[in-house]
Amino acid sequence: MKKSLFGLLLLSLPAFALAAKLPVVASFSIVGDMAREIGGDRVDVVSLVGPDQDAHVFQPSPADVKKLSASRLFVTNGLGLEGWMGRLTKASSFRGVLVEAGKGIKTRMAPEEEGEAHGHDAVDPHAWHDPQRVQVYIRNITAGLIKADPQGKADYTRRAAEFAAKVKQQDDWAAKEFAAIPAAKRKMLTSHDAFGYLGERYGIKLLAIQGVSTEAEASAKGVAQLVRQVRQEKVSAVFMENMTDKRLLEQLTREAKVKIGGELYADALSKPSGPAGDYLKLFHYNVETILKSIR
Amino acid sequence: MQHLYDLLIAPFVDFAFMRRALAGCLALSLGSGPIGLFLVMRRMSLMGDAMSHAVLPGAAVGFMLAGLSLPAMSLGGFVAGVLVAVLAGLATRFAGIKEDASFAAFYLLSLAIGVLLVSKSGSNVDLMHILFGSVLAVDDAALYLVSGVASVTVISLAFIYRPMLLESLDPVFLRSVGARGGLWHMAFLMLVVLNLVSGFQALGTLMAVGLMMLPAITARLWSESVEGMLVMAVSVAFVSGMAGLLLSYHFELPSGPAIILVAGLFYLFSLLFAPAGGALPRYIRARHFES
Repeated sequence: MKKSLFGLLLLSLPAFALAAKLPVVASFSIVGDMAREIGGDRVDVVSLVGPDQDAHVFQPSPADVKKLSASRLFVTNGLGLEGWMGRLTKASSFRGVLVEAGKGIKTRMAPEEEGEAHGHDAVDPHAWHDPQRVQVYIRNITAGLIKADPQGKADYTRRAAEFAAKVKQQDDWAAKEFAAIPAAKRKMLTSHDAFGYLGERYGIKLLAIQGVSTEAEASAKGVAQLVRQVRQEKVSAVFMENMTDKRLLEQLTREAKVKIGGELYADALSKPSGPAGDYLKLFHYNVETILKSIR
Repeated sequence: MQHLYDLLIAPFVDFAFMRRALAGCLALSLGSGPIGLFLVMRRMSLMGDAMSHAVLPGAAVGFMLAGLSLPAMSLGGFVAGVLVAVLAGLATRFAGIKEDASFAAFYLLSLAIGVLLVSKSGSNVDLMHILFGSVLAVDDAALYLVSGVASVTVISLAFIYRPMLLESLDPVFLRSVGARGGLWHMAFLMLVVLNLVSGFQALGTLMAVGLMMLPAITARLWSESVEGMLVMAVSVAFVSGMAGLLLSYHFELPSGPAIILVAGLFYLFSLLFAPAGGALPRYIRARHFES
């Protein structure tokens, strides 16, 4: 009631004939950017976990609950990335459309070390690093937008097609570039295991210090094994990420006498002014950085 | 023989990060062991834990000013810790409140300010997580810090050892000979904060307090003399560090908790069998007196 009155009030201000935008909340900056690309001017997207922040250890605040309860569409990654999501949707009594952008993709398990049974297989949630799977993300987000705002259907479909074409363009470019590099040289080491999908798509072998989540602590055995691996396989490409602790990785590079090849953007965009301000830039920047190191 | 070598020595020979971790543990043991012992003797065993929370706002301010720079965060943490210690000390001296109560009040206040600052700084990088060094990631800067703090601690303790002991055991006597008990106490609290902050760098919050307190408490069970306790505290701390690292290496356990676990097992064993305060020797002595 109150809302509709407020809406009427807004509409009766011809001077600022504000088109009421569809309020969208995204769980973190990367799917937030996709929703912004597809929604265009019709939507107003807020990301709960902003640029340069870690979605694995996010603690929702009352302000986040407020944002969510006022929104009509909630875009998440799903696949177990946002462990805090259930509590948040409950707390905000969210009534809108909930989209799991990663729903229906072919998932990969978080890599297990050979010869060891940990007993719990975790799904790797970082699927946005594979542009082919991002096509599924785009379809899911578009369907959600149309459901929340049927009038914008033509608009959303058109923009989604444009965005999908851009993503495919990036994918083709990356595939071509990586194919030109001998398979033996396609290896890299990162601080947490977030690039599995990227590795799978372009045939890069990945080593990582921590598992898929940034919350775990490393063991001496794990670090020692990595040092041996890096030495044996002569891994030349070592990368930091934009929000994990860099100290362990620095230790490892000293030990194995390799250089750090730069910073990758794994779970968050950079600030808009940074090198990975939106999804396409993030992908392009990551691929460029990796290519530079392994060539 | 070869087998023993592989088990105990090889990890440190093969890997520089293991050697660094060991050096860090040695420095921490030398500094934190004696400090922990004095905390136990002054009935302030839980102080370490309280102080480890009190440093948060300082670390947060350091983070806001300089980003993820460990020196800035450590310095901030140190300042916040000393501030809490001084305020609590003043409250104890000039208002009618027991020391532990005023410490509890001030550290909670500090913690609340810290959490507010962290959430206002717009980043949800878990600062405690960052302060949570990992003993496997000890770099040169952290090693210098830890060994520097250990040196300062050992030298300062040599100076304030006698008055501290007297004040621990008989504050009334110390006052009657005209010495300033409060001053020694403040100097000592500074050392506590200093050691905690350096411990965070190397081991992380939880583990730093653990390596400070557990060996010290264990030492009290083994020896009657202060000198004996000092030697014991430092040795238990260092052996725990080394054994914990080896456990972490051979069985794939996180290193910090592994180290504290070993120290904890030492304590549990001593609780039963230690000659000075263990349960079994005491029981046997009691029987002996009865007969």
